[in-house]
Amino acid sequence: MAKVTVDGIEVEVPNGASVLQACEAAGKEIPRFCYHERLSVAGNCRMCLVEVEKAPKPVASCAFPVADGMKVFTDTPVVRNARRGVMEFLLINHPLDCPICDQGGECDLQDQAYAYGHDSSRYGEAKRAVKDKDIGPLVKTVMTRCIQCTRCVRFAAEVAGTPELGGTNRGENMEIGTYVEKALTSELSGNLIDICPVGALTSRPYAFVSRPWELKKTDSIDVLDAVGANIRVDSRGPEVLRIIPRVNEAVNEEWMADRGRFSFDGLKRRRLDRPWVRKDGKMVAATWPEAFAAIAHRLAGLPAERIGAVAGALADAESVLALKDLMAAYGSTNLDCRDDGATIDASRPDYWRFNSTIAGIEDADALIIIGSDVRREAPVLNARIRKRWTAGKFPVAYVGPRGLDLTYPATHLGDGPAAMGAFAETLKAAQKPMIILGRGALQRPDGAVVLAAAWKLAADVGALTPDWHGFNLLHLFGGQVGALELGFLPGQGGKDLAAMLDGGVDALWLLNADGFGPARIPTGTFVVYQGHHGDAMAARADVILPGAAYTEKDATWVNTEGRAQRGRLAIHPPGEAKEDWRIIRAFSEGVGKTLPYNDTAAIRARLAEASPVFARIGEVARDGCADVAGPAATGAPTDAPFVLPIPVYHQADVISRASDTMAKCAEVYGPPPALAAE
Amino acid sequence: MSAEHAEPASFAFDAESEAKIATILKRYPEGKQASAVIPLLYVVQKQMGRQTGSAWVPRVAMDVVADRLGMAPIRVYEVATFYFMFNTKPIGRFHLQVCGTTPCWLRGSDEVLRACKDAGHLKGYGDTSADGLFTLTEMECMGACVNAPMIAVDDDYYEDLDYESTVKLIEALKRGERPTPGSVTGRRSSEAAGGATALTGSETE
Repeated sequence: MAKVTVDGIEVEVPNGASVLQACEAAGKEIPRFCYHERLSVAGNCRMCLVEVEKAPKPVASCAFPVADGMKVFTDTPVVRNARRGVMEFLLINHPLDCPICDQGGECDLQDQAYAYGHDSSRYGEAKRAVKDKDIGPLVKTVMTRCIQCTRCVRFAAEVAGTPELGGTNRGENMEIGTYVEKALTSELSGNLIDICPVGALTSRPYAFVSRPWELKKTDSIDVLDAVGANIRVDSRGPEVLRIIPRVNEAVNEEWMADRGRFSFDGLKRRRLDRPWVRKDGKMVAATWPEAFAAIAHRLAGLPAERIGAVAGALADAESVLALKDLMAAYGSTNLDCRDDGATIDASRPDYWRFNSTIAGIEDADALIIIGSDVRREAPVLNARIRKRWTAGKFPVAYVGPRGLDLTYPATHLGDGPAAMGAFAETLKAAQKPMIILGRGALQRPDGAVVLAAAWKLAADVGALTPDWHGFNLLHLFGGQVGALELGFLPGQGGKDLAAMLDGGVDALWLLNADGFGPARIPTGTFVVYQGHHGDAMAARADVILPGAAYTEKDATWVNTEGRAQRGRLAIHPPGEAKEDWRIIRAFSEGVGKTLPYNDTAAIRARLAEASPVFARIGEVARDGCADVAGPAATGAPTDAPFVLPIPVYHQADVISRASDTMAKCAEVYGPPPALAAE
Repeated sequence: MSAEHAEPASFAFDAESEAKIATILKRYPEGKQASAVIPLLYVVQKQMGRQTGSAWVPRVAMDVVADRLGMAPIRVYEVATFYFMFNTKPIGRFHLQVCGTTPCWLRGSDEVLRACKDAGHLKGYGDTSADGLFTLTEMECMGACVNAPMIAVDDDYYEDLDYESTVKLIEALKRGERPTPGSVTGRRSSEAAGGATALTGSETE
């Protein structure tokens, strides 16, 4: 540790820390453009100049290491003059187009020019202009505004692992870009928008839409993948205008995946905004009482074991619980939340959770990925794996389609489950080996055996110890784990999804269940579809109950780690659509099976009773593995190759399938190379 | 730019280049091969000069270099575009690089430039002649100020030039000759223009 005095305040910082970090420890704000705490230090903007005692000239604090006894001054005439000079140089080639710039109001350069800018320009020469680059449908570029901090270059190379951006040419002619015009191939490209300190990289869908001060900002949770990234939903009136990430070190740091960030325009399209009832084979618009009456009428005549319910990928915990309680009131145990057919063994929570936790990836020292394209199934989690790989000494191997580009080198072991064992020696040699099993690897007839085999591998290589739990199941969507935690699964004598679809029930209540083809439902079955998008499943329904999407309700979501987090209502659901658990509650009252809660506090109390994960919001228990006994399935898996569950990253769920932005992306990027090769 | 100098569809090192690359790569420790990017780009440029008569570095060749050294292609593009010694666009058979920095300028580089334009049928800096023989480029000081003004033709320096001698040089190049590099007035290296003034006698005097 080094003792440093910053403006008379003594702080202690680790050796090797920079002067800038010492200043921050002392609570002094240092202006900066190129420095970013999650990227390597470039030291090229020179805005963070400070005075250091005995140094002959101001030093760039971001790139200057501390020394014991150093005295730093952050607010002297020399410092202020130096920063003013730097600012004047930065503004030489920066256009004065703040009124038409999308960064206006949240621009680092604008803010810092208030503090260090001159009131007028002394520059009389011609300004340079740079041609804009086309780097895809998500990020808009106005390269004349670029101050060449190279944050984007470093982000793409270091965090995203897709080194496609660079600075070409030199001096006055230097330009940031891809050199050969191409769309960035990263699933994290939206973060470039956040990281750019000026208006050079802005959001294309958000271009000329709004000013930051007009927006209502609502903290929420992303559910379009199972990472549960913390987000802020920015809305104006009845519209979501953009979604940006919030910092949560344990989950998403400050990154966010493109599908979660840019799919929101799908919230305005193909919405179910009123109840519908099928009459004489045709869907007819109905009122809520009519829709409820139609369901009540159909259910009344059925024995309990002929009624079933399925919860899907985007169902929130409250509504899953309400539907489970409703089914219990009917006496039915035909429940299933594995609507994608994944054969998850739900007898123990650690069979389905990401037990090492996302932050725990950084402690692991060897990794095998089984049947998962982590980069496209959970881009932010993949960035964490890459972060661990960058730190060094981290062998990675994968089993799945050959040619997966995970953004870090990984050995391809084979296509099918038989190849799993090929990496065992490396895993055994590691102190904290990690196994990531993709949910997609369980969507096959022998899924249960694959799960058992992966668990056995974890047990054999010593990944399951009292201090370290190296078995991880990676889910795909934000609603999948919550339903498992609530036990939305076949009860005593209950039928599972396959049995229900095999003519096992006469009435089926589908809560956001879009994971299987509607054609699999037998013709005579009465289908209630509760959801927010008119996707394929809604077309098959006999009654449609319009629900709220994740931005439109106060709801609880559980990420792949088993971390429960609260999403909040940013805008109201469209038309007559309602919050999902309230729909079920209202129905239960109508049929005389009133559920024992009628407000958010009451249902959340009930949630906390149902599973301890809902009692510790935002937290996750990071336990070792107390019992190495594996799932019950026995036998050896077949050697059928693993098939990736998400063929097109940008169109994986009902919201992104309705999104225009995502459709453009799907057109530009197409399926991933590993799939295209088949 | 003539059609034969358009961006080629592919690039592969020939045997001569491969031999050079093998020596170059040996200079760097295992895992640090990316350090060889500048020499390799130079090998590319030389090979293009040999094969097509235009010493430049096409984009496909940068990709080949990136692949060979295990770098992201953009990292090679950055290097290749940073140094103007690498021609990222096709050039003529002879690259006339005129020094216009102060010593050369004071000694008459404007005349040398005019001679290049006249004899080479060039419009100005950056231009390539219609016959594809010459490309004219302005260079900063190349360190031959004692014998200013000078031009570099590809890798060869021609010094002590004036209008007439420059025209003569270019005409010679047109004929396919390659005059001996160095001072065109015949002075040895950088000794005084009127001949040696010191140490002229023998040691015993």
